[in-house]
Amino acid sequence: MMQIRKAYGEALVRFAEDYDYYVMDADVANATMSCIFRDAYPDRFIDMGIAEDNMFGYAAGISLCGMPVFASAFAPFSAGRAYDQIRNSIMYPGCNVKVVVTHGGIQAGMDGGSHQCVEDIALMRAIPKSVVLCPADERETFACVKAAIEHQGPVVLRIGRSDGGTLHDSDVDVKIGRGFLLRDGADVAVIAAGTVVNAALQAAKTLAAQGIDVAVVSMTSLKPLDEELVLACAEKTNCIVTFEDHNVIGGLGGAVCELLSEKRPTPVTRHGVMDRFGCSGTEAELAVKFGLDEAGITGAILKAYRNKKR
Amino acid sequence: MEEKSIAELKAMSTRVRKDLLDALYHAGSGHPGGALSSVEILVALYFRCMRVDPENPTWEDRDRLVFSKGHACPALYAVLAERGFFDLEVLKTLRKPDSILQGHPVWGKVPGVDTCSGSLGQGASIAGGMALYGKKRHRDYKVFCVLGDGESEEGQVWAAAMSAGHFGLNNLIVILDNNDLQIDGRVRDIMSIYPVIDKYRAFNFDTIEVSDGNDIEQVIDAIELARKSTGRPTFIQCHTVKGKGVPLLENKVDSHGRTITKEILEQAVAGLDAAEGGAAE
Repeated sequence: MMQIRKAYGEALVRFAEDYDYYVMDADVANATMSCIFRDAYPDRFIDMGIAEDNMFGYAAGISLCGMPVFASAFAPFSAGRAYDQIRNSIMYPGCNVKVVVTHGGIQAGMDGGSHQCVEDIALMRAIPKSVVLCPADERETFACVKAAIEHQGPVVLRIGRSDGGTLHDSDVDVKIGRGFLLRDGADVAVIAAGTVVNAALQAAKTLAAQGIDVAVVSMTSLKPLDEELVLACAEKTNCIVTFEDHNVIGGLGGAVCELLSEKRPTPVTRHGVMDRFGCSGTEAELAVKFGLDEAGITGAILKAYRNKKR
Repeated sequence: MEEKSIAELKAMSTRVRKDLLDALYHAGSGHPGGALSSVEILVALYFRCMRVDPENPTWEDRDRLVFSKGHACPALYAVLAERGFFDLEVLKTLRKPDSILQGHPVWGKVPGVDTCSGSLGQGASIAGGMALYGKKRHRDYKVFCVLGDGESEEGQVWAAAMSAGHFGLNNLIVILDNNDLQIDGRVRDIMSIYPVIDKYRAFNFDTIEVSDGNDIEQVIDAIELARKSTGRPTFIQCHTVKGKGVPLLENKVDSHGRTITKEILEQAVAGLDAAEGGAAE
């Protein structure tokens, strides 16, 4: 078990001999963990200082010379502050830049609401043709970095701060447009993304003892969404709960509702940050406060389940 | 390409002005003022100072141009067409839905266009990235960045300048098309960028001031000097005239987005022809 951000830094090093790329950061290498790559490959690392807009522009320029780039910064200052640069300098021309959005959701913890971007997925997902990946544990993180390298073009990686538990027993292969069905179930399907997936899995195990059969999906590919998997879950359970450390507007919950409303109308409960700013606190305190822990998702599942029976 | 004489480059500048006005007439909208002011800068670059190959527009070792003031692209398109990157006839498709010549340049669509631009200030950073990569990989290409003066009110321009100085990007040459007008008025009145040379000096650039940026000889001399810089990036302040070459538009605030009607086009072309005839005598 390893923090997702640490897995990100380790992954950059793991693939560095087989693939050529640069890594950039905006003075937060020690927090995004791109420092692991910096220390191993200093010649391929560029620290741009505290200027995220400039960093993403430089990343575009380097990629236009043929060199892929991973560029990381906290979610509010990458997806948020540098939105225009990501959109116009990187996505519009289709530059081979991997936009690494870290500390998304309330995971910036003690730093408070200014540092807790709960709308980064919504922003990145709405850009035409964007690809948005969100790993839920260490193994998915390694696989997402590899998938991003092998994809010719921009990819957004939403990298959590904390560890996501152990969801997979062995190495996995992430495919753009595919999620993972971690646990099958007939009563309710939880479609989750990122570090909260583990809480959903624990909740499903607890609820199984009460006779409620809950499926859990790690939707590693937020865009393109794994439509086949979502539709299969809807078909089987007729009861969907989405779960994310992100505003319930515009993120995974929004994506699932957009799909189901058109292709298979199904009741969906969106569980996540309920359209509010974050606040200071330890990660554990905030998980409780915002309902992103096991108790929070259990409550959401039970509510959806009871409504279904009615 | 055989080197053109100064007289030939002046004639080319006139052709480019006619080309871009004709393209804007066919488009029915666009930005003539800032396009006309940048003509000599672009003709100097593509017909004298830059190492490019129209037969191989993505040549790895070519010099690169980031035309950051993307709204003035009719000038860039006309110069690229005259230089042989694509057919002159294509200019008439400017701003049409399926045209390669969009309202602001799109990378990958137009042979010879090295990056997207349009969202102001972003080209400064993109050019920095290209130059930094060239330095790190010991390539000998140069990167040119043409900035607008109104554009220089964007904070990103100064973040880019700080980093170019920091990295010592001696392969980067930033050229300011300083026509001193922006949409709402005079640059000095709306949001002054002056003194601009002092700012670049403070960011560790070598600087050159060109008193008439619509005099192609002066522009060429400045760029040739900048190419020789060994340790630092170079900033060239080109004092230009917005709407240059068309009396109806010259130094007029509303030349920025003025629609080129048939009447304006004919009047402008006649004026350019007369001026050229006068110069030749």
